Amino acid sequence: MSFDVEAVRAQFPVLKREIDGKPLVYLDNAATTQKPQVVIDTLIEYYTQYNSNVHRGAHRLADEATRGYENARTDVAKFINAAHREEVIWTSGTTEAINLVSNGVGQLFKAGDEIIVTELEHHANLVTWQQACKQSGATLKICSIFDTGELDIAAFDALLNENTRLVALPHVSNALGTVNPIKDITIKAKAKGAWVLIDGAQGIAHGNVDVQSIGCDFYVFSGHKLFGPTGVGVLWGRKELLETWPVWQTGGEMIAEVDYQSATWGTLPNRLEAGTPNIAGVIGLGAAVKWLSGLDMQGLHAHEQDLLAYATKRAKEIEGMRVIGTAPNKVGVMSFELKGAHPADVGFILDKQGVAIRTGDNCAQPLMKRLGLPGTARASFSIYNTRQDVDKLFDALKKAKMMLA
Amino acid sequence: MQLPSSEEIVDDLAFFDDWEQRYQYIIDLGKQIPGLSEEAKTPDKIVKGCQSSVWLDYKTEDGKFLFEVDSDAVIVQGLLVLVLSAYNNRTAKEILDFDIDAYFTELDLERHITPTRGNGLRAIVGKIRQLASAV
Repeated sequence: MSFDVEAVRAQFPVLKREIDGKPLVYLDNAATTQKPQVVIDTLIEYYTQYNSNVHRGAHRLADEATRGYENARTDVAKFINAAHREEVIWTSGTTEAINLVSNGVGQLFKAGDEIIVTELEHHANLVTWQQACKQSGATLKICSIFDTGELDIAAFDALLNENTRLVALPHVSNALGTVNPIKDITIKAKAKGAWVLIDGAQGIAHGNVDVQSIGCDFYVFSGHKLFGPTGVGVLWGRKELLETWPVWQTGGEMIAEVDYQSATWGTLPNRLEAGTPNIAGVIGLGAAVKWLSGLDMQGLHAHEQDLLAYATKRAKEIEGMRVIGTAPNKVGVMSFELKGAHPADVGFILDKQGVAIRTGDNCAQPLMKRLGLPGTARASFSIYNTRQDVDKLFDALKKAKMMLA
Repeated sequence: MQLPSSEEIVDDLAFFDDWEQRYQYIIDLGKQIPGLSEEAKTPDKIVKGCQSSVWLDYKTEDGKFLFEVDSDAVIVQGLLVLVLSAYNNRTAKEILDFDIDAYFTELDLERHITPTRGNGLRAIVGKIRQLASAV
């Protein structure tokens, strides 16, 4: 099996679009990926053929919807090599998944406990833990990074101790693209008895994630950054932990028996999934991971690495362009600044040329302050991008530089 | 400084036939206005967007609003000149009567004024209208 980028590209209808007469060059994949036809077809099929509520109907459509919904759970469990399918809990996305973890473990925090996050954090994996600490009296510790965007492992080692209850860190930095040594950190944290949460929002789409091999307790991600629909995400957590958690939202689906004055809770995964879920989203995400699993994952990863290396090399051609985040182990993201030009201005001018990037604080304001930047311009690559896309980015950047000079 | 009137801007922008000239014009407008001094950029005047920040200062004279604006992004600064061309040196009633959405649509720049926290432009419009409503 080999990786054929043109064959992959052809499956994404939106990539045929033009913006003001120019072909779309979509380089905002860290914000959200585009959807292959098979995912779009799956959503259409669900709504045109078997839209129904799950787990309760006494009819054919309900059976089909329930099967599709639960098969997606099995497919996602396989995709991340979870030991048990009921360890996959559907959420609305990474943010809700982190909040769900906080509801589960945060209530066990007490004064004197310490939580470690990193300077790389997306707001979702920072603010949630700030709140949990405020409510419990635990202390939030921030692991520093080097200017390259790599974690300072010595600093991490110094922060880690017997009081550490949770270590929460990104698999891949959304702003800089740094791939963190999550396995090594997990081993160290587990040795001190801490829980480990990996924010996989940016990691999940870039290669094999094996939650058992990582050894972490929780791995969370969003469907929409994995070629699936928006509004659906995953909390994977160890069964023995999830089973002991207090309930999250209460209502239908999550109960065992209900009286007027009291209720008992159902079993995993239902006890953490109250109410009618995002059925179409879940089935669409199932289609996305099945589709992705059919690709040559090694070839896919090599292709993405080639794009990043090529873009990083070309960045040297433009005087005043500086790549932000120069860790040796990076994936998918090239953040940069263009001397004398505000990132927002660069983004506007690129957009007029059909090139879609992200500009601004990248939902990581403390990290931008740490790096002394008002924000960055960020080009992020996915499996359907080509070297030609990178070339168009640089043509567009040259024009931006000229106009803003 | 003497700002161009909104009618002049509509005429000028209509004259250009490609986006490069239009954006260069907006950039040049942005570069022309002096902006606020660093001391004047106090936290109460900032409207933060996640892409760029905007500052707004104002005073009233003879019932008319006089605004000063600044942004860290030059295109946003230029777009602020367009906003001020509609609002500066106007009475509260004139400000409230002006249809800014129609104006930006006429300029074919409506994506910059859509409700988003992105560039702070919409928030500035909201703030100006709020000041006018309070009169």
